[in-house]
Amino acid sequence: MKKAFVPLTIVVAAMFAYAPVLIARADYEATMGLVQKIFYFHVPSWFVMFTAVFICGGASALYLAKGDPRFDRVAASAGEIAVVFGLMGLVTGPLWGRKAWGVWWQWDARLTMALLVELIFVGYLIVRKYGGPGSEKLGAAMAIFGTANVPFVYVSVNIWRTIHPKTTVVPTLAATMAIPFWYSVLAFMLLFTLLMTLRLGLERQRAALDELYLAEDDDV
Amino acid sequence: MTADFDSVRLIDVSRHFGRRRALARLSLGLSRGDIVGLLGPNGAGKSTLVGILATLVTPTSGDVRFGEAHAGTHGPAIRSRIGLLAHELHLYPELTARQNLAFFAGLYGLDAGAADAALERAGLADRADDDVSGFSRGMRQRLALERALLHEPRLVLLDEPFTGLDDRATGLVSERVRQLAAKGAIVVLATHDLDVADGLVTRVALLREGRLVEDAPAAGGLRARYRTLVGTR
Amino acid sequence: MTFARVALLVLRKDVAIEVKSREILYTTLFFAASCVLVFAFALIREGRPPEEGPSGILWIAIAFSGTLALGRTFERERYGDTLRALLLAPAPRPAIYVGKLLGIVLLLLVAELMLVPAVALLFQAPLFARPLLLAGLLGAGTVGFAAVGTLFAAMLVRSRTRDVMLPILLYPITVPVIIAGARGTSALLLPSPDEATALMWLALLVCFDVVFVTLSLWTFEPVMSE
Repeated sequence: MKKAFVPLTIVVAAMFAYAPVLIARADYEATMGLVQKIFYFHVPSWFVMFTAVFICGGASALYLAKGDPRFDRVAASAGEIAVVFGLMGLVTGPLWGRKAWGVWWQWDARLTMALLVELIFVGYLIVRKYGGPGSEKLGAAMAIFGTANVPFVYVSVNIWRTIHPKTTVVPTLAATMAIPFWYSVLAFMLLFTLLMTLRLGLERQRAALDELYLAEDDDV
Repeated sequence: MTADFDSVRLIDVSRHFGRRRALARLSLGLSRGDIVGLLGPNGAGKSTLVGILATLVTPTSGDVRFGEAHAGTHGPAIRSRIGLLAHELHLYPELTARQNLAFFAGLYGLDAGAADAALERAGLADRADDDVSGFSRGMRQRLALERALLHEPRLVLLDEPFTGLDDRATGLVSERVRQLAAKGAIVVLATHDLDVADGLVTRVALLREGRLVEDAPAAGGLRARYRTLVGTR
Repeated sequence: MTFARVALLVLRKDVAIEVKSREILYTTLFFAASCVLVFAFALIREGRPPEEGPSGILWIAIAFSGTLALGRTFERERYGDTLRALLLAPAPRPAIYVGKLLGIVLLLLVAELMLVPAVALLFQAPLFARPLLLAGLLGAGTVGFAAVGTLFAAMLVRSRTRDVMLPILLYPITVPVIIAGARGTSALLLPSPDEATALMWLALLVCFDVVFVTLSLWTFEPVMSE
């Protein structure tokens, strides 16, 4: 991963620089006009968030099963990134909603579901920080349960909201907007990879530092 | 199911908590009949070591063997041969002495008779149906000791067993420990009470900052030896 | 030491302690009652209860009382560090989890025996229209909530911040249970009870129970070892 860092940074920077051009050139959506373009940030944020969530859950499960601290480092990094991109989605969502539907928060099924998963992973970060000794394992359990909960949250919130249909239907993707959309998704996913690399590097350095402290103890 | 072992060996065991090293490259061998006095200042790692011997704490590196078996693979079998008396006593204050012992007897697969016998040995047969919350510290300690020894464990771990005991009770506990060792148990006794340990232990293992500073047969003059190795600060 | 024997032994021990002092039972019941009363005073206007109130209030009261009971139950195991003694025994560790889980479920079911008539009375809700379905929803929901709660409460026993950490971790994860329970109960409260909807929510709850009890059984041992 280290060798890919520089080329990756360049690619991501280039993609993000070019993105506004693509987005500006994309077709306007019929009902919402310019506002809809926030979608190119909003949806890819979710892609990253849920990818990070599943990586965190999977790594946590492996950590509990095998005890290898490398899995724990991956889980910690993915968990943080999930919360950050989730926050991005939860901010862009109401911004969009305010303009499109007139209200900041309307208990839209998808936003609500994302809010719940975000809360679970904020809990993950809290328990890692304040859980006391052995908090890596506590966090791992939280991440596993949170990830396993995603289908249940999805089903329950969806049914909860569709029995009282009030929301406007999120526009389906027109072909002419597909290219900038998938470009944005790719850019975000590459950004995710870059951030994971950075964050994992940080965790590795922290572990190395711990080892050095312990080794220094040894020579006393 | 029971995996009896004649020896317990710690091979290069380390345990750290974040940046704090609790135990550093510790190697120790224990045999039947040993009464090992585990000594050292507070924070030396005695409780961590006891935890590792009890298979409740996993070492971050190194090997722990019970006979030829590992705690990882033979967990329940090994645990059935271990008895632990810790500072917290592991008793339910809301239950009676008899109920406490009966519960743990059941958990170890023993019948109710074992609980009654243990009550006798603890000298608490007349208080058997009183709640533990009404017991003095000394009575609780005796009950807790017998609870730890219900299943006649091969490895007996005692973490500060003399706390709060009067002279007579201390004598009784010491006698019990000698009996256990005579019957072939491996006894590990972590304590600050150097005078009691002096006449009781057959070996001395001295810990300081997570390291085994001395591991030798007991030869009297424990307090003096301790002071030289650890200092009086 | 069979799994079932150990679980029942732990359950019997907890029941024995509870029968003597009844501390957790009484405090949980009283807390649940005051919870419902607080909602009543906050939401009832001119003697008329809010329309969708009763089902939500019932499930909130269960969640809050459950969190309290979980904390108190594991505080008992923390007092003499008896949890360590339980883990030291040659018994299979998941059996200890199941024993504690059964105890919590039993306690919550007793609380619900009080809560359901109380909510029905104070909020004029026809909760007894379909008693079997309601019992099913309550049972499945309680098991789901308690399954996750028991694991989290156990793993937080050694944590200094356990009191505040338990609700923070437990509530987001159990939201599907609350949604399913409250919506299912609402369906039963309609003038003509919607059994199909209630059954659907019940099915979701049962799935949740299966998944999370299994997960808890798998993760209990690794999470509890130091």
